[in-house]
Amino acid sequence: MPLVRYGEEVANDWVHHTGEGEVPLAGRMTLPLDGYLAARARGDHGNLELGVRLQPEDDPARLEDYLADLALIEISFPKYTDGRGYSLAQVLRRRLGYRGELRAVGQVLRDQIFYMHRSGFDAFETQRAGLSDVLEALREYSAVYQPAADGAGAAFRLRHGKTS
Amino acid sequence: MYRYDEFDAAIVAERVAQFRGQVERRLSGDLKEDEFKPLRLQNGVYLQLHAYMLRVAIPYGQLNPRQLRQLAMVARDYDRGYGHFTTRQNIQFNWVSLKDIPDVLARLAEVEMHAIQTSGNCIRNVTSDHFAGAARDEIKDPRPWCEIIRQWSTFHPEFAFLPRKFKIAVTGAEHDRAAIRVHDIGLHMREREGMRGFEVHVGGGQGRTPHLATLVNPFVQETELLDYLEAIMRVYNRHGRRDNKYKARIKILVSELGPDEFTRQVEDEFAAQTDAEKIRLPNAEITRIESYFAPPVLPVRPDTSAVFDAAKAASPAFARWARNNLHPHRLAGYASVTISLKPVGGVAGDATDMRMEAVADLAEQFGNSDIRVSHAQNLVLAHVALDDLPALHSALTSAGLGTANESLITDMIVCPGLDYCNLANARSIPIGQAVQQVFADPAYEDDIGRLHINISGCINACGHHHVGHIGILGVDKKGEEFYQITLGGRADEQAAIGEIAGPGLKADDVPAALRRVVDHYRAVRTSKDELFIDAVARLGVKPFEEALYAAG
Repeated sequence: MPLVRYGEEVANDWVHHTGEGEVPLAGRMTLPLDGYLAARARGDHGNLELGVRLQPEDDPARLEDYLADLALIEISFPKYTDGRGYSLAQVLRRRLGYRGELRAVGQVLRDQIFYMHRSGFDAFETQRAGLSDVLEALREYSAVYQPAADGAGAAFRLRHGKTS
Repeated sequence: MYRYDEFDAAIVAERVAQFRGQVERRLSGDLKEDEFKPLRLQNGVYLQLHAYMLRVAIPYGQLNPRQLRQLAMVARDYDRGYGHFTTRQNIQFNWVSLKDIPDVLARLAEVEMHAIQTSGNCIRNVTSDHFAGAARDEIKDPRPWCEIIRQWSTFHPEFAFLPRKFKIAVTGAEHDRAAIRVHDIGLHMREREGMRGFEVHVGGGQGRTPHLATLVNPFVQETELLDYLEAIMRVYNRHGRRDNKYKARIKILVSELGPDEFTRQVEDEFAAQTDAEKIRLPNAEITRIESYFAPPVLPVRPDTSAVFDAAKAASPAFARWARNNLHPHRLAGYASVTISLKPVGGVAGDATDMRMEAVADLAEQFGNSDIRVSHAQNLVLAHVALDDLPALHSALTSAGLGTANESLITDMIVCPGLDYCNLANARSIPIGQAVQQVFADPAYEDDIGRLHINISGCINACGHHHVGHIGILGVDKKGEEFYQITLGGRADEQAAIGEIAGPGLKADDVPAALRRVVDHYRAVRTSKDELFIDAVARLGVKPFEEALYAAG
């Protein structure tokens, strides 16, 4: 599956571990929220770099204490039509101030990319869309009506000479 | 009315291009139907029984003549010569081919129209009072805030994939003509200590489990409205049910959590918003949008009109139309006029291309170029001088638009039903027509007075049967159409869900049964001033239910 991050197609150097079975000793790995919080509470995870994968029903506020250390948060879209991940992303970016990589995984199709990007995602593990599709989707609109996590100036401000 | 600036124009033009690409990818097979479905729905494209249907947004029911002429053109060139005005103040075209839809959208964009979010699990077209800016009982014109909400909700990135559809209505008059208590969010404009704000009702809706909305906040200041809406939407988006589409509307979340807990969650979310999250709509933007809805500058006129009075005295037909189809205007010497799309034997809400063009012409000639679509599926000219009413009536009559039944028993809300709709269990249009025949005598209909019959062809309640004074719901029982009658519903500030009366009737029995109910009302009313709905409230549903089934 293509991974497009910060506007480039890149190799994925993270793996996801569901918490079942043997945990690798080194590398970069995302865990489910409970597993991640347990691992952080235990403290020692050797040469492993840990990220977290949120499910739509998870509460991102539980990550608040760890956000500064996190290099990757994945948000899972088990279904294309399940829009909870957009709210999780907005909360992470705008309320909790998360600055690391925010990656959409699961059923990620070209036509969600624009909304995902506006909600704060900067990486997309897509089902079929390659780099050109993602870049095209990001360019579909030159103006927006509301402030969101992408920081784009909303029309109601730009109309009055304000940019933010 | 609102006019697009370069931002609005760019967004709508880019939508046309985006949807054209999506249709191309669908037709080439690159997009599967289940992937395309949410995309086409968010652009008002349904796959119906016979063809694709395109629902075009008419934001808060407001149209200018140029737009109405363009809709007529679409009806003529891309459909079969007519369109259907809906209870959400939109218009639907029933016979458009998918490959033509991008072109239709491009033609609509030329007149500042679109089909964005007229369907799908997103925030739909904002609806309002069809007499907004004209009604004598109006406290504040709701349309600027409808437009502000329209823009805020358009392509809102967080709320494009909600658990289910989401409908917001706004009213600014004491008498609620926008049915706000049966909307997902209903906003009633209020003033408090010199500040402007909104009473916020959440969780109303019809469908298979009708609910009246809960008052979540009695006063949200104007400047905080969008932030408050974001808080409601986020609670719903995160916690609304997604396991069962019949339990996915916000009304179910409100009812499962209980109104107090739901309100607490909204208030907590609102309180948690940081400065960076607040929308802070600039005052200059509010002023800019309000300026588009400034009251029209109309010539000062005396309270009465000799021309109008003479015409009433001379023509009983005109007098009847004037009695039934006019609404008090805030200015002396003017009225708001309802153009009924409910002729006896017609299809409720349908208008041909020629009739749309006739209304566009008359709006220019007599109506300050201001046309509205009402949620009762009629058209309205909001500002007409009393002096012009005889000429207007005569032109309407020539165009086949002179029906004098506004809010009377033949002015029914009727969904498309099994004649068009994929979801329907039973036909609606023929039932409506058969009921109209029974009450077609003008003297009889006038004697009955204000009485709303609403008909839905299935439990999804697009025909608003729950809030009809008399509601008719089509159901399928082992392959046969039956019609369940509800009594005592209403959609206004005294909103109520109608009570189901008895086991349901066969199609052929409905007209006579309703006639018995109505005649019972005429026999028991305290005077002609006691409306049907008030008599039902006073006496209860039981005696009317007995009349319904008193076959003989």
